[in-house]
Parts: sequence; structure tokens; C-alpha cells
Amino acid sequence: MADVNRGNRPLSPHATIYRWPLNAILSIMFRATGVAMSLAALLVVWWFLAAATSPGYFATAEAVLTSVLGDIVLTLSLAALWFHFCNGIRHLIWDTGSWFGGGRVHLTGVIAIAAAAALTILTLAIA
Amino acid sequence: MAYRTPRARVSGLGSAKSGTSHWWEQRITSVALVVLTPLFVIPFAYNLGEGYDRALAAYSHPFNAITAIAFIVTAFLHLYQGLQVVIEDYVHHKRTEIFLIIGVRLFCALAALVGVYSVIVIALRA
Repeated sequence: MADVNRGNRPLSPHATIYRWPLNAILSIMFRATGVAMSLAALLVVWWFLAAATSPGYFATAEAVLTSVLGDIVLTLSLAALWFHFCNGIRHLIWDTGSWFGGGRVHLTGVIAIAAAAALTILTLAIA
Repeated sequence: MAYRTPRARVSGLGSAKSGTSHWWEQRITSVALVVLTPLFVIPFAYNLGEGYDRALAAYSHPFNAITAIAFIVTAFLHLYQGLQVVIEDYVHHKRTEIFLIIGVRLFCALAALVGVYSVIVIALRA
């Protein structure tokens, strides 16, 4: 970063050509899902506000949330929520200094994806 | 304070000037949300799209109302904590960074306030 003007010297295409390990994908997905859930958080608050306001306003809010677009947004947000939840538990375990070695970073990543998928399907089943 | 050495006053505070407190507060909300998320999501998913009477009946129950309020407060605090870190990481213009952090913080506080107010109104009306 110190030498900003690096001229026209050729640069190895490190980031674009390198195959991302699973954990790198999960890491950026963890952030992306967190930011993306801002929208769902506001929609949930809107649902409660509508219910507190009047039956007519609530009908409008529910019509929007259960429309095709609403279903897509909320289903993706639900999957994002459970992924963020499962991967967050991985991070809390790492914060204690545990489970870094012996291929466990990759293994718990696979488990987190499977658990998030299962939780998403289970939640959709009761919805 | 006056008797502390300059070294002792800055020890452990790092470049963020607040030590590890922000990181630690984020762990607290994370642990709380591990419990609160299922408690909120299950009744919410169950009652979403089922009409006005069902929604009011669900959230007039003390358990659902209290877990919803706890979830809304904790989730928006956690959202703010996370967005602050994302802004600090990716926005390199200091003035923009500060304005964004203030804006996100006030917006999250307002959203949480609206959510808590609404749940209380529903809980007390039905």
C-alpha cells in the first residue's frame, strides 16, 4: 500500500485466477448475508407496524409480503438467516480458539451449509 | 487518571481507540441471537400470511411478544454492530465513513423502536 504508483508493471492475476477455498466463499457470504438481511429486518418491522395500525393496512402489508416477489425475498432471507446463524456458531467456536486444525475448518463449513439448508426447509414446512 | 502513566492509558486500546470492547459486545449479541433467533423465527414463520386475527392472537401471547421484543432489540443492535464493521472496512473516506456510521446507527435505533412499539401495541390491544 505504501507504493501506490506501481506503474505499468505486469501483475500476477492472483485474486481472479485463484480457485477460492470453501472457507473463503463462506467468509464473504457471512458478510453478504448479514448486510442483505437489513431488508428482511425492515420488512418484519413493517409487518408488526401494520398489525399495530389497522386491519386494512395489515392486509396490504401481508399482500406485499406473500406476493411472488415477497415470497422470493423472504425465502432467500430465511436461507440467509440460517446460513448466518450456522456460520456464526462456527465463528463463536473459533473465538474460543477451538476447531482450527485437522481439516475441521472445511468439515464444519460443509456441516454449516447442510444445517442451514435443513433449517430453511424445516422453517418453510411450518410456514 | 492523572496518576496513570501515558503507557498505561493507551495500553490495550489499539488503533480503534476503544480496545476490544466493540468486538466483545458483538459476541454478546451473537450469543443472545443463537437462542433468540429460533424462538422468534418459528412463531413468526408459522403466523405470517395467516391474516390479521391470527397475527394479533399470536403476538398477544406474552411468550411470543416478549421473545419478539427481545429479538428485535438484539437483532438491530447486532445489525448495527455488523454494518459498522463493514463500513469501517470498505469506506476509506473518513468523513463519509463517520456520516454512514451515524446514519446506520440512528436508522437501526429507529427501526428497533418502531418494532418494539408495534409489538407492545399488538400485545396490549388483543
